Amino acid sequence: MHPAPSIILFTTLSGLGFGFLFWLGVFGWNQADGFFRWLLAIMGGVLAAGGLSFSLGHLGHPERFLLAFSQWRSSWLSREGVAAVACLTLYAAWCAADLLLGLSLPVLGWIVAGLAIATVFTTSMIYTQLKTVPRWNHFGTPILFLAYANAGGGILYAAVVNSQLVWLAIPSWAAAVGGQIAWHILAATRPLSLAGTPETATGLGHLGTVRLFEKPHTGKNYLLSEMVFELGRKHAERVALLSRMFTILMPLALLVAAATTSHWWLTLSALISFSLGTLCSRWLFFAEAEHAVGLYYGRR
Amino acid sequence: MTSLPAVQPGQKKLGLVIDLDTCVGCHACVISCKEWNTGGYGAPLSDVDAYGAEPLGTFLNRIHTFEIDPSPSRCGGDPRGEADRIHAQVVHFPKSCLHCEDAPCVTVCPTGASYKRADDGIVLVNEDRCIGCGLCAWACPYGAREMDQAEGVMKKCTLCVDRIYNDNIPEAERVPSCVRTCPAGARHFGDLGDPDSDVSKLVAQRGGFDLMPEQGTKPVNKYLPPRPKSDIDRGQVSNQLPRTEAISATGFWKLVDDALSAIA
Repeated sequence: MHPAPSIILFTTLSGLGFGFLFWLGVFGWNQADGFFRWLLAIMGGVLAAGGLSFSLGHLGHPERFLLAFSQWRSSWLSREGVAAVACLTLYAAWCAADLLLGLSLPVLGWIVAGLAIATVFTTSMIYTQLKTVPRWNHFGTPILFLAYANAGGGILYAAVVNSQLVWLAIPSWAAAVGGQIAWHILAATRPLSLAGTPETATGLGHLGTVRLFEKPHTGKNYLLSEMVFELGRKHAERVALLSRMFTILMPLALLVAAATTSHWWLTLSALISFSLGTLCSRWLFFAEAEHAVGLYYGRR
Repeated sequence: MTSLPAVQPGQKKLGLVIDLDTCVGCHACVISCKEWNTGGYGAPLSDVDAYGAEPLGTFLNRIHTFEIDPSPSRCGGDPRGEADRIHAQVVHFPKSCLHCEDAPCVTVCPTGASYKRADDGIVLVNEDRCIGCGLCAWACPYGAREMDQAEGVMKKCTLCVDRIYNDNIPEAERVPSCVRTCPAGARHFGDLGDPDSDVSKLVAQRGGFDLMPEQGTKPVNKYLPPRPKSDIDRGQVSNQLPRTEAISATGFWKLVDDALSAIA
């Protein structure tokens, strides 16, 4: 699959944003008050909504995006839009009640946290639902997305709201790393042949082994550049190495240092490294995924 | 609505039956499809860099050509074609939207642009509602949908919905453009929901099959396998010309034959 920068930025940033809203909703503002509380409230909203807005870059007609809220009965993409708007609306109300009226509404905070989880879950289901991409089409994908959002949100929360909670952010980060490793093991057991083979794609398997003899067109087309994007796998090993360095090694060192010295900027550095690593691992999530339509082109 | 319509008994299911035995791979259907549909339903089918180094275009119908190595396939155990696993074959393979009963491209659509008609089963895109997210193309295992690069909306086979119900054209023309054009008669159009229709009978007679049944899409379009070539393979039909010495003649030509034979 084509690793479109708009989608990689969207899933990474909105995951981080909704992860932060989850932690904020559950654990509250802690010591943050006055101007700083305003700043945090805006930052959470900007990360989540700004991340979402990157997804508009993937659209042919972004001006029609309101229509995407209409099909929540059948479409995970529509459900994602509805969940995100519900979460952000209640988050805005929760922040406004606190900042303008001085009302602390912990139950509303928990509802915001629940909707943040729902939003990340619906995002992951957009990919998980595709039977055409066996590498994504299993229960591990929602767990992976939720674990990443929780870890990113937790590290950010520990960095800017409550440095005590770095002790809770560390196991969250470890869960994301564990989730990533488990997902890779699971994905390796899901080859393209689960979606089909050249024989079942053509229905000619009873005559022998089927191979493409002549392509339907001499040049590229949308299908090849979108779903049979082989260039992405050329540097897969190097990107995987970068991903491991940024999501595992550097956060490990920085988070341990932050926990022992309680410097907020160490936690923030861990977050930046973790987010860079998340970008790399999302690139691989798309680039390494093989789509069934490749079977008609003798390619992956 | 991107929910699929409930299936009624005796439901009309318009679709194509494609004969892989007779298709000659001429691509005439590709061109006639593009010609009709670039001026018909919805936005034109654009080309990008048409005369340049890397031309790219939107097509609703594409012809792949496959070679088949008769050594046992990865499908294994299929009794069909047992006698045919002798010679290699080349099969031309037209591919367009299969108008699936359980169309995954419809249910994933967030806007309701992608829909399946309850009355005849045609899967269409309402281009005024399409945001061009491309998720329907990801959901389709057959590569039946292409995003138009100029218009930013998803294009797909409409089964020439603007021909088949069109009272302004002669009745013989009221079939999809690809079917009307095919010089080999390899493409058939009809109601696959009616077991007594010509296309349904053809599917029953020739063992029509679904593409990638494991995807659970229940395609309406069916493909007919290449006919067995086993008569030749079993030696019942000689594939060698008779030796010239064995040919004899009568009357005048016998005189000529005898005279010429006597010379040498």
